[in-house]
Amino acid sequence: MKATRDAYGDALLELGRKYKDVVVLDADLAGSTRSLKFKEAFPDRFFDMGIAEANMVDVSAGLALCGKRPYASSFAVFITGRAFESVRQSVAYQKLPVVLCGSHGGVNVGEDGGSHQAVLDISLMRTLPNMKIVVPADYNEAYTAVLSTIKNDGPVYIRTSRAKSPVFTEGDFVFGRGKVLRKGKDVTLVACGFLVWYALEAAKLLEKEGISASLIDMATVKPIDEEMLYDFAKSTKRVVTIEEHTVLGGLGSAVAEFLGENYPVKMKRIGMPDVFGESGSCDDLLCKFGFNATGISMAVKEWLGKN
Amino acid sequence: MKEEMEELKKIAKEIRRDILLMLNVAGSGHVGGSLSCVEILVSLYFKVMNYDPRRPSDKDRDRFVLSKGHAVPALYAVLSRAGVFPRNMLWTLRKLGSPLQGHPDAKYLPGIEASTGSLAHGLSQACGMALAGKLDKNPFRVYCLVGDGEMDEGLVWEALLSASHYRLDNLCVVVDNNTLQIDGRCRDVMNIYPLEDKFKAFGLYTRSVDGHKFSELIGAFEEAKKNKGFPTVIIARTVKGKGVSFMEDKVEYHGVAPTDEELKKALEEIDEGD
Repeated sequence: MKATRDAYGDALLELGRKYKDVVVLDADLAGSTRSLKFKEAFPDRFFDMGIAEANMVDVSAGLALCGKRPYASSFAVFITGRAFESVRQSVAYQKLPVVLCGSHGGVNVGEDGGSHQAVLDISLMRTLPNMKIVVPADYNEAYTAVLSTIKNDGPVYIRTSRAKSPVFTEGDFVFGRGKVLRKGKDVTLVACGFLVWYALEAAKLLEKEGISASLIDMATVKPIDEEMLYDFAKSTKRVVTIEEHTVLGGLGSAVAEFLGENYPVKMKRIGMPDVFGESGSCDDLLCKFGFNATGISMAVKEWLGKN
Repeated sequence: MKEEMEELKKIAKEIRRDILLMLNVAGSGHVGGSLSCVEILVSLYFKVMNYDPRRPSDKDRDRFVLSKGHAVPALYAVLSRAGVFPRNMLWTLRKLGSPLQGHPDAKYLPGIEASTGSLAHGLSQACGMALAGKLDKNPFRVYCLVGDGEMDEGLVWEALLSASHYRLDNLCVVVDNNTLQIDGRCRDVMNIYPLEDKFKAFGLYTRSVDGHKFSELIGAFEEAKKNKGFPTVIIARTVKGKGVSFMEDKVEYHGVAPTDEELKKALEEIDEGD
C-alpha cells in the first residue's frame, strides 16, 4: 500500500538528479504533497512560496520563461481553484512547461472534509486550452507519469491522492494512452485515479454475477485516448465511467463528449452527483458515495439490468 | 548629458504620436494609461536596460514585464522604435492574426517577455524571472511596470512579499501612479494610500519620482542597480493621458481610442509641446 503523492515526491528526486533545470515550488504544504523530499535533497532549487498559491503558480511561469522546469504543488483544491486565474493567464495561455501537482484529490482525503476535498479540479483544468491532465491509479503509474512530464512542452496537471492504495500496475504509463486492465464483453468500465483499484475489484464481483466487464485505466484524462474508447464502445455497447470527482466536467464528461459525437452508446457516470464532499473516514466516504467495490458493482449491475 | 535628455524627449514625442496613431487605426484600446508611462518605458529601453533589440531573446538581457498590460500600445511603439520589429506592424494592432494583441502576448511577439492583461500576474511572473536570475547567478535585471489601480489586487501583495523574502534585489518595480482607474480616482474606488509606507513595511527600497522627468527616473533606476538585498519600488508620479491637454487626468480617456478629429488635435499638441 502506497499513496500516489509519495510517487510524486520520489519521482521529483529522480528528475532533480537528471535535470539541473528542474525547480520545485510549494505553498507551505511540502510535507503533505511530498515535495519535501526534493527540498531536502536540492535546497537551492526548492522555493517555499508560503500560503499564496496564486503567486506560486505565476512565479513558476516566470521561472519557465527563463528556461526552468518548474514543478509546483499544493492541495488540489487550492492549486486548481484558488490559483485558477494564475493557471489560466500565466501558465495555460502561454503554454509554458509548468507541472502543477494537486495532492489530496477526491474524498479519500477523509476527515478534513468538503473544504479540502477536490471534487471539481479535473473539470476546471479540462476547460483550459493547452492543459494536459493525468490522474494516476497507483504509485507505479504516478511515478512514471511524473517522470514523463519532463518531455512535455506545455503545462500538465497531475492529481495525486492522500490515502494509500494497493500497487497493482507495472508503471508502464504512456501519455495519452489508456491501459486495458481487463477484457470483457458486456460492459466497459472507464476509471481514473484512486478508484481504478476499486473498479478492478468491482469487475471481479461482477464476474461472479455473470457480468463480463472490460476495464480501462484512463490515467490521461486529457487528451483522452479516443481510439481506445471507440474500440471498446463498439465491442461492448455499454460504457460506465468511474471517478472520485463530480460527474460534471471530469472523466465522465470527457468520455460522454467523445462517444456522443463519434459512437453513441448507453452510458452511466459514477462520481459525485453534483455535491461537495464532507468529513468522515476514507472508507466511510467511499461507501457513502458508492465508490468501493461493492458500491461500483451494484451500481453497474442495476444499470445494466435497466439498459 | 543635455543632448541625451533632448534625444529621449524627442523619442518620447514619437512614441506618443505612434500610440495615438495606432489606437486611432485600431479603433479601440487604452490611451490614458499608455500616455502616462511613456517616459518610464523610454528611460528603460533607450538608457537604463541592458537590451539589444536585434537579440530580444538573448539569455543575458534585462527583462521588462508590463504588468499593466492594457498600456501595451506604449510598449509596442517603444519596441518598434528600438528596432525589435518594423514600425508598419503597429498598424495591425488588435487586428485578427496580428502578433500585436490587445494585451501583451509573449507567444507571438519577440520582445514581449510575458503574457499579461489580467492584472497582477505580470508582477508575480517578474518575481519568477528574478528568482531564475538569482538561481543561475546571471546578473540580468528584471523591471516591472504596475498600475496604481492594479494595487487593489491581492496578488500584487503576495508577489511583493515573496520578492522581499527572496531578497530579489535584481527586481525593480515601477508604479505608474497616475491616480486614476476605470471607475474614478484610486482613493475613491479603493484607497491604496499611503503607498510608500506600505512598500517600506514590506521591506522594499522605495523611491518616489516625477514620472515624466527623465533625469529623475534614470537617477532612480541607476540607484536601484546598486541596491543589495532589497527589491526596489519606484513610485512614478504621472498624469494619465499626458501630453494631450483634453485627455490629461480625465478618467473618460482610460479605455477609448481617439477619433479622427481628436487625433488631429492631439498630434498638433504633441508636436508643439516641449
